[in-house]
This record gives sequence, C-alpha cells and structure tokens, in this order.
Amino acid sequence: MERWCPVTEWVNLLVGLAMGLNLLALGSSRLPSVIRAMAVQGVVLGLIPVLMEGRFEWLVALMAAVTVLLKGFLIPGLLRRAMRAANIDREIEPLVGYVPSLLLGAGGTIVAVAVTYRLPLLPEHSHTLLVPGSLATIFTGFILLICRVKAISQVCGYLILENGIYLFGLLLVRSTPFLVESGILLDLAVGVFVIGIIVDRIQRAFDSLDTRKLTVLRE
Amino acid sequence: MKELLLIFLPLAGSIVALSWPSERTRPQLLPAVSLVHSVLAIWLLLDPPVVAPGAWLGFDPLARAILPAVSILFFVCSAYAVPYLRTRPERPNRVFVSVLLAMLGLMSAAHQARHLGLLWIATEALTFAAVPLIHFSGTSRAFEATWKYLLIGGTGIALSLLGSFCLGYASVKGGGSGDLTFAALMAQGRALSGPWVLIAWVLLLVGYGTKMGLAPMHTWKPDVYGEAPGIVGAILAGCVTTVAFTALLRVRAVVDAAGYGATAGRTLLVIGLFSMFVAALFLLGTRDFKRMLAYSSVEHMGILVIGAALGRVGVWAALFHVWNNGFIKGTLFLSAGNIRRAAGARTIDEVSGMSAITPRSAAIFVTAMLAATACPPFGPFFSELLIVRTAFATGHGASAGIFLVCLLFAFFGMTRLVFAIVDGRPRAAARLGGRRFGETAGVILPPLALLGLSLWLGLATPAVLRDSWAAAAEQIFPVL
Repeated sequence: MERWCPVTEWVNLLVGLAMGLNLLALGSSRLPSVIRAMAVQGVVLGLIPVLMEGRFEWLVALMAAVTVLLKGFLIPGLLRRAMRAANIDREIEPLVGYVPSLLLGAGGTIVAVAVTYRLPLLPEHSHTLLVPGSLATIFTGFILLICRVKAISQVCGYLILENGIYLFGLLLVRSTPFLVESGILLDLAVGVFVIGIIVDRIQRAFDSLDTRKLTVLRE
Repeated sequence: MKELLLIFLPLAGSIVALSWPSERTRPQLLPAVSLVHSVLAIWLLLDPPVVAPGAWLGFDPLARAILPAVSILFFVCSAYAVPYLRTRPERPNRVFVSVLLAMLGLMSAAHQARHLGLLWIATEALTFAAVPLIHFSGTSRAFEATWKYLLIGGTGIALSLLGSFCLGYASVKGGGSGDLTFAALMAQGRALSGPWVLIAWVLLLVGYGTKMGLAPMHTWKPDVYGEAPGIVGAILAGCVTTVAFTALLRVRAVVDAAGYGATAGRTLLVIGLFSMFVAALFLLGTRDFKRMLAYSSVEHMGILVIGAALGRVGVWAALFHVWNNGFIKGTLFLSAGNIRRAAGARTIDEVSGMSAITPRSAAIFVTAMLAATACPPFGPFFSELLIVRTAFATGHGASAGIFLVCLLFAFFGMTRLVFAIVDGRPRAAARLGGRRFGETAGVILPPLALLGLSLWLGLATPAVLRDSWAAAAEQIFPVL
C-alpha cells in the first residue's frame, strides 16, 4: 500500500517547516519576527499546491503565484506599515507569556498528530502531514488571537488561523472545482485588507493599537 | 434570468453609486434599485422558476421562502435611508450607499447559493462588506465595535470555511466526485463519511451561528447594533442574519440525509434555548435601548433555530418567524433610530419622556416592542405559538417550558426599559434634539409600514407564503 513518493516527501517537508514557523511566531516577542514568520509561512503554503500537482498547470501556478504574493508580501507589508505608523515593535504584556504559549503550541502540535491517527482519511492523505499541520496551525492562530493584546498580533493570529484552514483545503484541491478555490482566496484577501484599514483607523482614533483600550462597550 | 437579476442588478447599482457625482441625489439610488429588486422577488415568489437540479445558483423553495422578506425589508429601510442621510450631511454617503446595494446583491446570491463553496464566498463577502456601515458614525466607540465585529465575525467565518472543507472531505471520503452542491451531497446520503459530517456540523454551526448571533457567539452583536445607525441595525438584524439561517438549514438537510438528523436537532435545540436564556438575562439587565434590540435579536435567533430543530412543522414555523422577526426588527430599529437622534443618548439614565418629544416614534416603538414579545395579533405571536405547540407535540415539553419562561423574562426586561425611556419628564437636551430632528413623514412611514406588514402577516397570512414555507420545509426534510 505505502509507496515511497518523492512528492509526498517534499510536501511533508514544507508542512513541517510551516509547523516550525508556528512555534517561532508563538515564541517571539517582537512584532517584526511574528510578521516574518507569518509571511514565510504564507510563501511555503503557496508553494505546496504546485508540488502536489506533480506536473505543471497554468491555473495552479497562477493560484500559487497569487497566494505567495498576497500572503508572503502584500499583507505582511501592510501590517509592517501599520506597525511603523503606530510606532510599536514589541508585544509588551501578552495575556499569556511567551514560554507558556510556546509550550501550549508544542502540546497542540502533538495532540494534532495524535488526533489525526484517529480520523478516517483517504489512503493518499494518511501519509502526509497536511492534516496535523493544518490542525496545529489553526490552534496556533487561536492562541495568538486570544493571548495577545496588540491589534497587529491578533491580525497575525487570524492570518495564521487562515493559513491552517488553507492547508486543510489542500486535501480537496484535486476534487473540487478551481473556481471555488480562487473565490475563497480572493475573499480572504479582501477580508485582510478590510482588517488592515480598520487597524489603521483604530490607531488614529485611539492613538494606540492596544486592544485592551477597546473596553468602552460592555454591559 | 430574473433570479440572476436579483444578484447583479444591486451589484451594478453599487458600482453606479460609487461613481455618482452628487451627494444629495445619490441616496435616491437605494429605493430605486431595491424597489425593482422587490418587484422581481415578489414576481418570483408568485411564479417560481424551475431550478435545474445541478445548478449552483437558483431560486429554489428555500430562497423563495425567505428572499422576498429580505427584499421587502430592504426596500422599506432604503426608503428610510433617504431622509436619514439628509440628517447626516456631514458624513459622505458614497461608501454607505454603494455598500448597502452591494450587500443586497450578496444577500440575494447567498440565499440562492446551492453550492457549499459559493454559499461561503457570498456570506464572507457580505460580512466584510458590512464593515464600513458599522463605523459610519466615525466615533471611537464605533471603531471599537467594528474591531470586535471583525475579530469575532472573521473567526466565525474562518470556522465555517473549515466546516465546509470538512463536509467536502466527508463527500470525497465517501466516494463522491467532488460535486459540492447541496443536492449532490444530500443524494450521497449515508455514503458520506460519518465522523467528518459530525465535525463539519459542529464547525458550521459555530461558524454560521456566529454570523447569526447565537449565544455564546453573540458577543459582537450588542456592540455593533448599539453603535451602528438604526437603519444598519435593521438590515443586519432582519436581512443579514437570515443568510446564516438559510446556510444552517441547507447544511442541516445534508446532515439529516447522512443519518445524523437527531444529533443535529438536539444541538440546535440546546443552542437555541441557551441563546434565549442568555438574551433574557441580559434583557433584564441592560440600560441601553439599542443594545436591548441586539439582545432581542439574539433571542429571536434562538427561536429560529429551535424551530429548525423540530422537524418539518418546526421549520415551517421558523420560516414564518423569519418574516415576522424581519419586519418587527425593522420597525424597532428604525423607530429607535428616530428616538435616539432626538434624545442624543441611548441609556435609561439619560433618556426619558420621549413620548412627549417624539410621540409617533415612541408609539410605534412601544407597539413593536409588544409585538416582538409575542403579543397578539401581530405575526410573531402566531409563529412562536406554532413553535411551542410543535415542541409539545414532538415530546419536547421541557424545552417548551424553558422557551416560555425565557419569553416571559424577555417581556419583563423589554417593557421595563422601553417604558422608562418613553414615560416621564423629557430632558432638556432631548427638547433641543426633538426640534432639530422633527418627525417627518419620511422617517415615520417606513417603520409604520413594517408594523402594518407584521400585523397583516399575523391576521391574514397569504396562502402563497404558506405554500412557499411548506415547499421549503419539504426541501429540508424531503418526503421519502
């Protein structure tokens, strides 16, 4: 049944790299390194569909190029600009410290691998790291969303969460129409642009990107 | 063809609005486009087209049962938007008008989406399109609300995408060819991979439930409805939430076909009752009448999913309630907007005696509040009564009991707050505001029309609507 396949090896290597970048994002206190981890992860994920296809296809290459451009360059660039405008480069007081969140992320990765063994997968997917990689990345995204207080870190968390979902979507890339995939990609991009604009407005309205200041509205 | 016009006409209108030169005449585009939309939607309601089985988009029974309500509510709100935007000359309305029209097109697309991926794309675009409407006032409170909306709504949307992928994988794992239309998924039935269907159901329920505002994913709702202009609240609460409800119904039909209908029903019942309970608690405590409307919306979303949990008759009642809730929420938000503008504040600590300042809006607000708390002879009474009766008939007596207790507490909470702002001695600030923002016909007639529609639905539900709900219920639970 199991056939050694160089393509799978490459995909696994890249997914493994993405999982490592998760931990890097969780462990670093400086915002530029979180953004960089997220950007590199975006590039890595963009390359995977090309490798999975095995042969060259225009549509796949186009989608990969758009993904790499968006997740690797455009969105991180937007966030860097917002970061400079707000004059912050450090997450000073996260709700959960760096070492605990790193441990949490590592624990989550192990759980993700363990859970994957119990899920019914198609034979061609059971030897790839796609599912555990996706689950671990989603979990990392949630940790960043919940445990950080700067708006930019939370946006990074949201993007990493989306990266994880993108990884999961690759399981379906061969069986679903391409239109859907590209529509989803376009939508995500629009979403992030909207978020970027709002981050900018919050910075102007509150003179800070500390979301703990956003507490006027409560019961 | 008409069904595609429902989508592309408002989208084209949105582009026209972007390039329209005059600030003063631009808002007129809203009623113009949405009137045509309503005529088309009612035409399609009366004369439903044939939908090709494999079509990705189509005016199928479920779309027919809900989309006309959305369209009518949107039209009335857009008639209100013209005088409303005239009271806010300091804010440019280019983006506001354009986004509202785009949302109408996206809602029409989402209601007619018969494909899992397409449905998600439309819902997602709708979520992000609403953002400029929420911070239209430009206050820092509005930006805070927008940020919460983006983070919570974005996460919900992300989870529903993951859920859609899981449902797709359930199909592929079960030997499907990758056709993700709901019809194909239902046809696959028990061949779908069970564990993946259950995972997908949980994720989609949380994801689209966030969009609907079911507890405990409702936390963005009070902030957004509190800070957004009344007309935006009316459209979010009456129109946009129905998109997520349709999505849940469509997914529920697939889960049912896969043989997990009982599980889906139980989870819907629990989350619905919990939403009603949480809403009732907060309604008893809140002091802000616009946030009150948000909790009332959470309560009514709970009622909708409880209906969806109770089989075919329950779905029928829930679809009836979609119409009632839409019209009553529209009335409440529009009249609350009038009161808030005149009063210049929103909490019972700062507002009182509005029956003297804005007598007509106050009267409409009180009547609509009574209608929302299920007083006959308005529509909500009848749909909620049917849900309670169905709950008893299907052996969910305890749930029906909790349902009624929650309704009672919601009634206490809402009457307490509404009469506190309507009765008493008017404040000085409100006297000034009342002179500045007079009760013109333009801001009184739209909520009054919605109230009248709700009364009409309650007293004489048209047979064509009854048929459309029955057909939609049959689409969700096909007769074998």
